[in-house]
Amino acid sequence: MFLYSLSLQRATGIVCATYGNFTGGKAQEIVVSRGKVLDLLRPDDNGKLQTLLSVEIFGAILSLAQFRLTGSQKDYIVVGSDSGRIVILEYNKEKNVFEKIHQETFGKSGCRRIVPGQYLAVDPKGRAVMIGACEKQKLVYVLNRDNAARLTISSPLEAHKSHTIVYSITGVDCGFDNPIFAAIELDYAEADQDSTGVAANEAQKHLTFYELDLGLNHVVRKWTEPIDNGANMLVTVPGGGDGPSGVLVCAENFVIYKNQNQPDVRAVIPRRQDLPPDRGVLIVSAATHKQKSLFFFLLQTEYGDIFKVTLDYDKDDQVTELKIKYFDTIPVTSAMCVLKSGFLFAASEFGNHSLYQFQGIGDEPEVESSSATLMETDEGFQPVFFQPRKLKNLVQIDEIESLMPIMDMKVANLFEEETPQIFSLCGRGPRSSLRILRPGLAVTEMAVTQLPGVPSAVWTVKKNANDEFDAYIVVSFVNATLVLSIGETVEEVSDSGFLDTTPSLAVSLLGEDSLMQVHPNGIRHIRADGRINEWKTPGKKSIVKVGCNRMQVVIALSGGELIYFEMDVSGQLMEVEKREMSGDVACLDIAPVPEGRQRSRFLAVGSYDSTIRILSLDPDDCMQILSVQAVSSPPESLLLLEVQASSGGEDGADHPASVFLNAGLQNGVLLRTEVDMVTGQLSDTRTRFLGLRAPKLFSALVRGRCAVLCLSSRPWLGYIHQGHFLLTPLSYETLEYAASFSSDQCAEGVVAVAKDALRVFTIERLGETFNQTVVPLRYTPRKFILHPRPQGHSLVILESDQGAFTAEERDANKKEAVEAAGGEENGKMDTGDQENGDGEENQDPLPDEQYGYPKANSNKWVSCIRVLDPKDATTSCLLELQENEAAFSVCMVNFHDNKELGTVVAVGTAKDLQFTPKKQSNGGFIHVYRFVDSGRALELVHKTPVDGVPTALCQFQGRLLVGVGQVLRIYDLGKRKLLRKCENKNFPNTIIAIHTYGDRIYVGDIQESFHYVKYRRDENQLYTFADDSCPRWLTASLHIDFDTMAGADKFGNIYFMRLPQDVSEEIEDDPTGGKIKWEQGRLNGAPNKVDEIIQFHVGEVVTSLQKASLIPGGGESVLYGTVMGSVGALLPFTSREDVDFFSHLEMHLRQENPPLCGRDHMTFRSAYFPVKDVIDGDLCEQYPTLTSELQRKIADELDRTPGEILKKLEDIRNRII
Amino acid sequence: MGDRYNIHSQLEHLQSKYIGTGHADTTRFEWVVNQHRDSYASYLGHHDLNNYFAIAENESKARIKFNLMEKMLQPCGPPPDKHED
Repeated sequence: MFLYSLSLQRATGIVCATYGNFTGGKAQEIVVSRGKVLDLLRPDDNGKLQTLLSVEIFGAILSLAQFRLTGSQKDYIVVGSDSGRIVILEYNKEKNVFEKIHQETFGKSGCRRIVPGQYLAVDPKGRAVMIGACEKQKLVYVLNRDNAARLTISSPLEAHKSHTIVYSITGVDCGFDNPIFAAIELDYAEADQDSTGVAANEAQKHLTFYELDLGLNHVVRKWTEPIDNGANMLVTVPGGGDGPSGVLVCAENFVIYKNQNQPDVRAVIPRRQDLPPDRGVLIVSAATHKQKSLFFFLLQTEYGDIFKVTLDYDKDDQVTELKIKYFDTIPVTSAMCVLKSGFLFAASEFGNHSLYQFQGIGDEPEVESSSATLMETDEGFQPVFFQPRKLKNLVQIDEIESLMPIMDMKVANLFEEETPQIFSLCGRGPRSSLRILRPGLAVTEMAVTQLPGVPSAVWTVKKNANDEFDAYIVVSFVNATLVLSIGETVEEVSDSGFLDTTPSLAVSLLGEDSLMQVHPNGIRHIRADGRINEWKTPGKKSIVKVGCNRMQVVIALSGGELIYFEMDVSGQLMEVEKREMSGDVACLDIAPVPEGRQRSRFLAVGSYDSTIRILSLDPDDCMQILSVQAVSSPPESLLLLEVQASSGGEDGADHPASVFLNAGLQNGVLLRTEVDMVTGQLSDTRTRFLGLRAPKLFSALVRGRCAVLCLSSRPWLGYIHQGHFLLTPLSYETLEYAASFSSDQCAEGVVAVAKDALRVFTIERLGETFNQTVVPLRYTPRKFILHPRPQGHSLVILESDQGAFTAEERDANKKEAVEAAGGEENGKMDTGDQENGDGEENQDPLPDEQYGYPKANSNKWVSCIRVLDPKDATTSCLLELQENEAAFSVCMVNFHDNKELGTVVAVGTAKDLQFTPKKQSNGGFIHVYRFVDSGRALELVHKTPVDGVPTALCQFQGRLLVGVGQVLRIYDLGKRKLLRKCENKNFPNTIIAIHTYGDRIYVGDIQESFHYVKYRRDENQLYTFADDSCPRWLTASLHIDFDTMAGADKFGNIYFMRLPQDVSEEIEDDPTGGKIKWEQGRLNGAPNKVDEIIQFHVGEVVTSLQKASLIPGGGESVLYGTVMGSVGALLPFTSREDVDFFSHLEMHLRQENPPLCGRDHMTFRSAYFPVKDVIDGDLCEQYPTLTSELQRKIADELDRTPGEILKKLEDIRNRII
Repeated sequence: MGDRYNIHSQLEHLQSKYIGTGHADTTRFEWVVNQHRDSYASYLGHHDLNNYFAIAENESKARIKFNLMEKMLQPCGPPPDKHED
C-alpha cells in the first residue's frame, strides 16, 4: 500500500511571531510560525488580517526574530529551527516568496539540548544576532553589508558556558556602543556533584551580559549578577537616547529592572483576588511599544491579564521607579505584537487569534503596583490585588479562527448534504467548542432583497469603462427587465434606456461608455448621450444565446445561425459576418479583449450534439472553425478565461497567462481545457464533477484577478491562490445566475439570484479549505460519540477540566466578586455597560471565554456529559459530574441480554485523579446511562466502581469491554451494577483504545502500541496473540481492516501495522486459536509480531484518525486532526503508475527545492522512524511555486510537460477534497 | 601506546564538547540525568509536545516550559553519595 499525504487545513495555532516592515513599505506585517509553517500576515485597510504567504518548511520553527540594518527600509527575518542552521530570510514582494539570504550550519539537526535554535536575540541596531540552545551553546553572528549593500553574515563567535541552563536571551539596547546580549542562566555543575542536595537548593539564577567587541571580533562575558530564582523571561528596554537601556527581568510574581551600574528596581505583579495563594504569576508574553518620546511594555500573565509597565528615569538614565498597571484582559497568548498603526495582534495559545485596536493606552487610574510602594514583610513582599474588568483600552476588530487543539474528530453526513461534515472538538477550558467543518469557502451575505417575480438572470454594468464601481444591476424576468441603480441605496430606475417590457439575454458595457441590452428580438445599443440604436432580428427568428465582450458581440438565432458584430471606430455596432451552424447553439462565449488589442480572437460555441467548437474572429479567417472538442454531454455554459496556469509571483510575471476554456456540461461536469493562443487548438483537459445540475459559469473578480464562479447544485469558485488553481465550493445556497458586483460598500462582491430573491455576498478568507460552524462548550472536550435518533442525530460529548471550580462554586465566586467590585471604582464601568446592554448575555460582566476559569488546586476536577443536537446546535441535556469525578471514555453498548433497555451509553470516569508525582486516583467508575426523551437526554442506570481509571470502553459481542490501567475486562449488565465476566491483566501500561472486529480485539496501549487479542468464548479467555515490536506512545488509533490498524504516536508519527497474512490465517484456522503458541511468547511479548507497512512523520501530535470520503463518490482516505489544529489526509494510491510518478516528482523536488529553513525533507519525514511508502503531497504541491525553468527541468526529467504535472497534482487533490 | 593515548584525548575532547557522551566510568545516575535533560530539551523544542502537556495539565504553555526548565537543574534528585559505592 502506498499513501499520498496532503494537508487539507494547515496548522491554525501559532507558536511564535515577530513583526516588522518586511515588504519595505509603510505597512507593518507579522510573521508567524505555526510550527512547521511560516506565514506572513498583514492587516488590510478594513482591519482584517490577510495571509499574504504561507510556506511549509518541513521542520520545526522554534524562534523568530526580525532585524533591520541601519539606514535600511526593510526588515529581515531570522529563523531558529531544528535544522542546526541559522537562516535569514527576506520577503520578496514582487514574487511573493521568502528568499533565503543566508543559511549557516552550526550543528546537528533535531531539537537537541546543546544545538542552538531555541532562542534568538538580535541587537536592536541590527548589527548582530545571537542564537542559543537550552544549555551551554550560544553563537553570535555579526551582520553587516558589503559594497553592493547586500547583507553579510560572519562566521560564528562562541559565547558558550557549559553546565548552564539558559532561560531566555535578549539584545540590550545600548545605542551604537558594542552590542550586548543578556541571558538568564542557571549553573548546575555543583548541584550535580553535591549528594546532600544543598547545592541544588542554593542554585542561583544569574543575569549575564555578553558583549560583542566589534573591534576585536570577540564575545566576552561582561557582567553577571544573581537574580530572582523565578526569572523566566527578559524584555529589552530601549536605550541609546530613547531610554535608560538595560532589561526587564520577568520573574514569578515580579518584574525587575536590571542594568549594569544600577540598583535593581523591583515591583510585584498584581494578583487576581481569587488566585490561590500558593500559585505564582508568570509572564508569558511581552510586547513593546516605542514612539519618539515614550515607550511602554505590555506584559501578559499566564491568566490572561495584560499589564502596562512604565519606567521613570532621570537625566543620567538612572531608573527611579517601575510601575505595573492593570491594562486589560484577553485570552492567554503565545505572542503579542503592537503594530505602529495602533493594532495589537494577539496570537492565542489555544483557540482563535485576535486583532485588537487600541482605544486608549491605559492612562486612566487603575490598580497599580510600583517599585516605590513595594512593601517587604516577614512573609515576603506584600502582594497587590486587582479584579479583572471589561476591555477598556482594547477593542476587538478581527478574529482568525483556529482549530487548535483538535481533541477528537469524526466525519459523518449528519445533515444529509452533498458532502459529509467534519465534527471536531476544539479548544481548551472555557474557550472549548464543537466545530462543524464543511469543505468550502465561507461567504458573507451583504444583502437579500425580495423581487416581485422569479428572476431568470442578473447582470451588473458600469456606465463607463473607467468607473470603479458598477452603476446598474439589471434583473431579467420571464417577460420583463428590472433595472436597479446602485448608489447609496439600490433602487429601481426607469431612465436607464433599457427596454423593460421584454426579458433580457445579456447586458453589458460596450466600448468606452455605451450600454447594450440583448433581448430575444434584437440588440439595443444605448449611447452615452442617450441615442438608442436598435437592431432587429430578421423574420420570425429570435435570439437564443449571446456572447459578448467590450468590443465584440456574437448572437445565436434560433435554428443555429450565428451573427457576429463588432464595434467600429465611431462607436457603432456593425454586423461583420454570419455563419450557419448545423443545429441549435447550446451556449457561446467570447474571451475578454486582451490588453492593448482590438478584439479577442476566439469564440467558443457549444452545440447540443455534445461538441464544443472554437471559431476564429480574426478578419482573415472570420468564423472559421479552428478546433473541435467532443464532450460527454451537451454543454450548458461556456466561459473563456485568461488565467495564469501557475505563477511564482503575485502578478505571475514570469509565467505567461494562458486562455482556458471552461465548460459546464449537462451531466454536472466542469471541463477546463487550455486553448492554444495561436492556433486555437484545445489541449490538456481537466474534468471535475461539481454537482447534480449543469454548472453555469460566470467570471468574477477575486483579489483583483479573474476567477470563475460555477453554479451547480451548489456554487463553486475557481481561483488562483498562491500559485495554485483551486476549485472550492462556497458554503451557500443553490444559485441560479450570478454576476460580479462592485460598489462603495463592497469592492469585490457577487450579486446572484435564487428563487425570488436577489442576494449580494462577498467571499472572504480565500485559501481556506473548510468553513466552520462553532458551538461553544463548557470545559476541555475529551471524546464524543454519535448517536442516531429516530429523527436526526445526537452527539454525546465528554468534557473535563483539571484545576477548576465547579459551576456552582464559580457562580457564587463571581457574584461575590461583582458585588464586592460594585461599590468600588472598578464597578462603575459595569453599571454603565448594563444600561447599554441589549441582550441577557451582555449582563455577564466577566465572560469566562475572555477571562478564563478561576484557578483551583490541581487535584480538583470538573466534568460534564453533554447531549447536543448538531442541527440546531442546542444542548438537550447536560450532566455535571459530582464529587471530583472526571469523564475520560465513552461508548455506546447494546447489551445482548437486556433488550428492553435499548442502547445505553457507558462513560468511564476517574475520581480524584492526580498526575504528579505519579498518575494516581481513588479508583474510577463506569456510569451506564440510558437515553430518554427520544434520545435527547440521558438518565443514569447505575454506576460501577472500578479499581483504576477506565480509559477505554468498547462494545464487544453484546457486552462491554473495559480497559482499566493494565487490565482488559469484559463486563455484562447487572441490575445494580456491571458484572465482571473475564479479564486479562497482562497489558504493559495503560489501555487507551479498544477496537473490535468479529472475535478479534485490538487493544492500544498508551506506550506500547497495539496488541491483537482474541476472545475464546468456550474457555472464557482473553489472550494476546500478536503485538508490535516498537514502543509507540499511542495518541490515536483507527481500525482499517481485519489485520490492519492505523495509529499515531505522541511524537507526531502516523503508522499502519498489519498482521502477516499467513499468521492471520493460522490464527483463524487453528482450533486452539494459536493458544499453544501464545503460551510460549516471544521477545517478552506475544508470539507473533505485526509488520509496519506505513510510516510517516507529520510533525504535529495527531489526536484523531478517521476513515472517510470527503467528496461524493470518491474513494476513502484516512483523515487526521492534530493538536496544532491542522487537518490532513492520507489517500491510498490506486495505480502503480501514479506511485512511480509521484515518488519521482517527490525525489526531484527534494533535490531541486530543499525546504526553506534548512531541514532536510527526508530526515524530517523520517524524524523518528524511516518514512515508509508515503509520498509527501505537501512537498509535491510546492511544484507550482518553483520558477518556470525549474518546473520545466523537473518536467523534462519526468518526461512530461509542466502542465501535465500541474494537472496530476490537481487531479489527486480533487480525489481527496 | 601513542595511539591509545591519542584515542583517549579524542574521547575527552568529545566528552567536553558534547555533553552526555559516555565513558567507562559513567554511573547509572549520570546516565539517567543526561537522559532526562535531553528529554526536557526535546519537549521544549517540539512545540506540539509542549502543547500536549499544556492541555493535559491545564496550564499555560509558558508555565509548562518554565517547569521543564526548572526540572533540568536536578531532574532525578541529588546524586548518590560517592563514598558509599
